[in-house]
Amino acid sequence: MAQLDFIAPVSPEQAAAALLAGGAGARPLSGGTDLLVQLRSGRLPPGLIVDLKRIPEAIGIRQEAGGFVIGAATPGIALGEHAALTAAWPGVIEAANLIGSTQVQGRATMAGNLCNASPAADSVPALVAARATCLIVGPAGRRTAPVESIAVAPGRTSLAPGEFVLEIHLPARSARSADAYLRSIPRTEMDIAVVGVGVNLTLDADGVITDARVALGAVGPTVIVADAAAEALIGSKLDDAALARLDTAARAAATPISDKRGTADYRTKIAGVLARRAATIAYARAEKTA
Amino acid sequence: MSKRTQVSAVVNGDPVDFLTDPGATLLDALRDELGLTGSKEGCGSGDCGACSVILDGRLVCSCLVLAVEAEGRRVETIEGMAEGGRLHILQQKFLEHAALQCGFCTPGILVAAKALLEVNPDPTESETRYWLAGNLCRCTGYDKIIRAVMDAAAELRQVRV
Ligand SMILES: Cc1cc2nc3c(=O)[nH]c(=O)nc-3n(C[C@H](O)[C@H](O)[C@H](O)COP(=O)(O)OP(=O)(O)OC[C@H]3O[C@@H](n4cnc5c(N)ncnc54)[C@H](O)[C@@H]3O)c2cc1C
Ligand code: FES
Ligand code: FES
Repeated sequence: MAQLDFIAPVSPEQAAAALLAGGAGARPLSGGTDLLVQLRSGRLPPGLIVDLKRIPEAIGIRQEAGGFVIGAATPGIALGEHAALTAAWPGVIEAANLIGSTQVQGRATMAGNLCNASPAADSVPALVAARATCLIVGPAGRRTAPVESIAVAPGRTSLAPGEFVLEIHLPARSARSADAYLRSIPRTEMDIAVVGVGVNLTLDADGVITDARVALGAVGPTVIVADAAAEALIGSKLDDAALARLDTAARAAATPISDKRGTADYRTKIAGVLARRAATIAYARAEKTA
Repeated sequence: MSKRTQVSAVVNGDPVDFLTDPGATLLDALRDELGLTGSKEGCGSGDCGACSVILDGRLVCSCLVLAVEAEGRRVETIEGMAEGGRLHILQQKFLEHAALQCGFCTPGILVAAKALLEVNPDPTESETRYWLAGNLCRCTGYDKIIRAVMDAAAELRQVRV
């Protein structure tokens, strides 16, 4: 591979300073399952690689203020092994665990999935539906931003020079809440989403939906927050009429392109179907929670 | 600007030191610096699994790890699987079931299968197939591989009780 420089700082501030000093060619490294592929294929010119995995806060899962803090460099396989996290956010975890093979799961992170800014990134619709936020560290200090503000176009993020994601925060869970993520791929494993849908629901004691959030992946340049689709569910018990309204609203929100993986018409239709199915799964999960 | 960097790691239980370019992959270092040529490069992009190794207890593609990332870490490769002259049960079962033809995918599949049986000693066939979905084989059609892994798992469970 081409010549590059590598450092593995042990504090977030050192990492931010190195990224800033490295200029446009400097890149954070989490699992490397996108970055190494891009470097090796020559798509990305060599520069300075700043490995985040030696920063203590960037590794592991912590429970804080009723929610979860996930270190940015924590691999997918470790998320699935965390029983409390999986129980609270089954949709986020199933989305993260869909990324690649067992080998890819040993390295790939949600922060890398997010910052790679692919329109088809699997964990991002689920994180957006979950109202996850990012703790961002940069030369000017720390700030918090919603997950949906990170990707601004395919391959481009809103992170300023020197900034990187240190942690992903999942909020505290209210009672009778659950999420789900579904994607459609041409194969059964190891493929890129043609459509991905994350749904996050909260029910009251009678099973009426009081809060909903629907996010669509791979049907636009960045993840789409389908507010009308969420509103279609609120006040319902997810009866057939609510599901039909959800389907219509999800299709209306989708703005896909046609490519070799699927036509725009097909993607639009599937967005409606997956929204219904994901909502049905999330509803059943929410009913089962205490 | 780039210069060769010294890396210290533990490979198959032995402490090793080697020099590497910062841009070299762990797969390159294993093969070219340490002479461990069991791990293969099939694709170099994370798709085929021929380069599978265990890094600090996690199954990974060594083609997608920088050699410098291995500093202070434990690496297990196919070369560490047989103990002395004795083949691992998985290796024996691959021979018995004829689970290889050209053999290019075999080291990666054996390492991946060993990682599976460490976390799940009693996998179903479907769990085994999903776990190994990142290991491509262009020769066998997979059935014999799956049968060999299931048989090895059964035998290992008997050894354990
Ligand atoms: C075989 C294979 C199969 C795959 N299958 C899927 C799939 O099914 N679904 C899917 O969505 N993706 C898939 N991917 C793509 C990839 O695995 C995911 O996008 C993964 O989540 C990337 O995470 P990472 O930690 O490896 O990122 P890296 O490769 O480390 O980084 C990705 C990008 O984000 C930047 N970055 C990394 N961490 C941070 C941070 N903390 N702050 C700021 N920027 C950062 C890097 O500089 C780089 O530009 C696959 C990849 C391979 C090789
Ligand atoms: S060579 Fe590493 S996955 Fe193919
Ligand atoms: S035996 Fe030839 S690739 Fe698997």
